[in-house]
Amino acid sequence: MADDLFKALADPTRRTILDELTEKSGQTLFEICARLSMKHQLGISRQAVSQHLAVLEAAGLVETRREGRYKFHDLNTAPLRQIAERWLVPDTSGSKENTA
Amino acid sequence: MKIHLTSVFVDDQAKAEHFYTEILGFVKKYDVPVGEKDRWLTVVSPDEPDGTELLLEPAGHPAVKPYRDALVNDGIPLAQFAVDDVKAEHQRLRGLGVRFTQEPLEMGPVTTAVFDDTCGNLIQIATKPQ
Repeated sequence: MADDLFKALADPTRRTILDELTEKSGQTLFEICARLSMKHQLGISRQAVSQHLAVLEAAGLVETRREGRYKFHDLNTAPLRQIAERWLVPDTSGSKENTA
Repeated sequence: MKIHLTSVFVDDQAKAEHFYTEILGFVKKYDVPVGEKDRWLTVVSPDEPDGTELLLEPAGHPAVKPYRDALVNDGIPLAQFAVDDVKAEHQRLRGLGVRFTQEPLEMGPVTTAVFDDTCGNLIQIATKPQ
């Protein structure tokens, strides 16, 4: 699981996809492709975007949701906690809210 | 050569006539019976009555369903219409119960949005580049 997570984050295009899903969760493949090509000038095929999404989904960072005939991609940042919990020492000097 | 007609497949021509005229605001141009139950049904923009016609074509051919299902699954629109203001049109159509799969999205000079035409297709609206 951790390997999947680090692999997913290692690619700049996949990080850009996460940036765009942070701006708005719940996007179709078409919208993700449009954002990558129009906003980021990434010349990348739909098939390649699909493969990036599959890697993100394997890492648990993207979840797909079907609504009728449409499929949406949602962001799930929960797996990122593994990274924080693995190395970051809880800040005992701060308030309790910060250690949550 | 000119593009004077383009088409979208529709599940139900009566339903499509309603959506494309009453909801989207196009006007009917030709409505001619073809065969037992099909019609040659075209609409045009009220702004351009002699402009490009959109044929609302029966989706009876067995190849249509898998083709459209695959495109709709990925959110890919089958046609694009130009509007002056995508956000205003989005508001208007939302008020009429139209389902959007992509909310208005500004990308440089172009703003787009994608909605379901209730007849089996996703349609994109876009501002004309200035």
